[in-house]
Amino acid sequence: MLEINNLHVKLEEDDKVILKGVNLTVEAGKVHAIMGPNGSGKSTLSYVLSGRDGYEVTDGSATLDGVELLEMEPEERAAAGLFLAFQYPVEIPGVGNMTFLRTAVNAQRKARGQEEMSAGEFLKVVREKAKALKIDAEMMKRPVNVGFSGGEKKRNEILQMAMLEPKMCILDETDSGLDVDAMKLVADGVNALRDAGRAFLVITHYQRLLDHIKPDVVHIMADGRIVKTGGPELALEVENNGYADILAEVL
Amino acid sequence: MAMDAEDQIELREGVDRETIETVQAMAGKYKHGWETEIETEYAPKGLNEDIVRLISEKNGEPQWMLDWRLAAFRRWQQMEEPRWAMLSYPEIDYQDQYYYAKPKSMAQKPKSLDEVDPKLLATYEKLGIPLKEQMLLAGVEGSDEPRKVAVDAVFDSVSVGTTFKEELKKAGVIFCSISEAIREYPELVQKYLGSVVPQSDNFFATLNSAVFSDGSFVYVPEGVRCPMELSTYFRINAENTGQFERTLIVADKGAYVSYLEGCTAPKRDTHQLHAAVVEIVILDDAEVKYSTVQNWYPGDENGKGGIYNFVTKRADCRGPRAKVMWTQVETGSAITWKYPSCILRGEGSQGEFYSIAIANNAQQADTGTKMVHLGKNTKSRIVSKGISAGRAQNTYRGLVSMHPKATNSRNYTQCDSLLIGDKCGAHTVPYIEVKNNSSRVEHEATTSKVDDDQLFYCRSRGMDEEEAVALVVNGFCKEVLQALPMEFAMEAQSLVAISLEGSVG
Repeated sequence: MLEINNLHVKLEEDDKVILKGVNLTVEAGKVHAIMGPNGSGKSTLSYVLSGRDGYEVTDGSATLDGVELLEMEPEERAAAGLFLAFQYPVEIPGVGNMTFLRTAVNAQRKARGQEEMSAGEFLKVVREKAKALKIDAEMMKRPVNVGFSGGEKKRNEILQMAMLEPKMCILDETDSGLDVDAMKLVADGVNALRDAGRAFLVITHYQRLLDHIKPDVVHIMADGRIVKTGGPELALEVENNGYADILAEVL
Repeated sequence: MAMDAEDQIELREGVDRETIETVQAMAGKYKHGWETEIETEYAPKGLNEDIVRLISEKNGEPQWMLDWRLAAFRRWQQMEEPRWAMLSYPEIDYQDQYYYAKPKSMAQKPKSLDEVDPKLLATYEKLGIPLKEQMLLAGVEGSDEPRKVAVDAVFDSVSVGTTFKEELKKAGVIFCSISEAIREYPELVQKYLGSVVPQSDNFFATLNSAVFSDGSFVYVPEGVRCPMELSTYFRINAENTGQFERTLIVADKGAYVSYLEGCTAPKRDTHQLHAAVVEIVILDDAEVKYSTVQNWYPGDENGKGGIYNFVTKRADCRGPRAKVMWTQVETGSAITWKYPSCILRGEGSQGEFYSIAIANNAQQADTGTKMVHLGKNTKSRIVSKGISAGRAQNTYRGLVSMHPKATNSRNYTQCDSLLIGDKCGAHTVPYIEVKNNSSRVEHEATTSKVDDDQLFYCRSRGMDEEEAVALVVNGFCKEVLQALPMEFAMEAQSLVAISLEGSVG
């Protein structure tokens, strides 16, 4: 589904090279995890894939179902089925969470040539999905992410994901700032979306999220490259021994 | 109570979506820029006593009105155009324009709307303004039953017609053009005209006093709650012609009225002058809400053409517990110079001012309010949202004045500025005077930029860039949009989006 080939990326601002030839294939129905020390390029990878400004792709490609992502505007990537759950979800004062979500859902439907969801239908679907994530009506009326706790922000990201029904979901350190209960809730939300037609790329520092969202494949990223790929046991190895051994072995 | 407010937000959800559709359908065009082809009768170009006499004669005015105009004109000749605002524009040649333009078909004042020139009726229909009483303002979603809105339609220098007059009369409310009021209700007009904005008030108000041609008059008698919203729709059509309208609203003891004002003009390469005066008199326990959506032609991206909008608006809370609320959405005009003010004379009277001022491309806005606290226990509240984009300059200028006798009075001011891009400017100029020890004045101001992270967040969820800007800016303006009557809130939301088209990317 997602195919990244020899991706090289530098910062526009100071020419600093961040990604130095990333190769990665994520198949439909699978969950891949990327782990790695700070500064290895994990978050940059997620931003470049979703089209954030400030990065220059100097080589390589990234395709979603065979279509080149890197040429598209961020909203086109979203309409094509890519979703990024932000590590730091952004606050938008004055814009109701519900309004935001409905605008997003209908923008994507419109871009795909589908009919917009009626207000009634939308409300029905959103209420059901919000309930599963323990998001109450009051939180839907509050402005997007403003005054939300860390857990509320992350649950809100998962709600957006559930409503937008993307094919390819990238979760950027979704576990950061979550207590055990909140992490369980978020993981349940993600697991409920696992599907043969959908793939996940879970970026995390820690094994603990992967206890709840069981990955099929685990990659270790270091210094702008995927340096090792294995099964779920690789995450446990990191948890027990840290990155030093693995890095010493491959570099 | 809190829930009610929240529910209202929900009602508006559909609006955002519509806004966005409207924006996309229009692709960056000022939608009211077309012109009505109609034969027009002009007064000779330029300004002198003869022109003042001619306007008075055309309106069939009594001698006292002509004398009043002439006194204003003589005074105006001694005055100088104010230059303190943060506005830069070439000198206006007051002799190089027409002061009176009237469709020839209006030579005989139509007795009813059925007799009005179909071209004029079609103009208002195209603008979405209902001039037939069975028609209601289109597209009001969410309200249980469509609300009636009475309209006075002013086209260039004359009022074309006023709807629901009879129904209003039954309630005792007078709503007609000011020229008609001068003829039919001279005692009321004489009593109140110039009592809030005196002839000598300022250069533009004095000019208006001399040459105003039409406008609206409202009188709500004691204890009457006006049964419907009243509105005036101003359209400038003729070229090289100034529009000088005069509006007088009087709310007698315990009365209530909500009044809306809308303005548009065709696209032209030359600047056009608009200098209006609005006076509101509010007696004991009465309340007036005055909402404006100002969408005069703003000129093109390079500042060619557009309306010069110099407006004096003032409300006088004469009696105890009188209340006034100004709400304005200023998106149009090349130049905006406008400070709707509240004189809080009556004990315990209240003034509120909610403003959204958007300046894009080469537009310049210098706008704000004056809250003059004269009476005890008076309260005022100012919420101003300024949005600048392109190369525009946007200034909030406001005065809060607590006089010695205005003890235990309070003011709260919040001024927020939002910048889009890095070539525009936002300025906040608050003047605060407190001359007693028991009053409290609070002022909060913020300036922020439309955040790239916010835009990226919206876009990563599927919205395109303009949709994202519209959403973020509408969020920024929410407190003011909520203060508008429903009919205007929708128009205002879409205007906010349209005025900012092309401001990013």
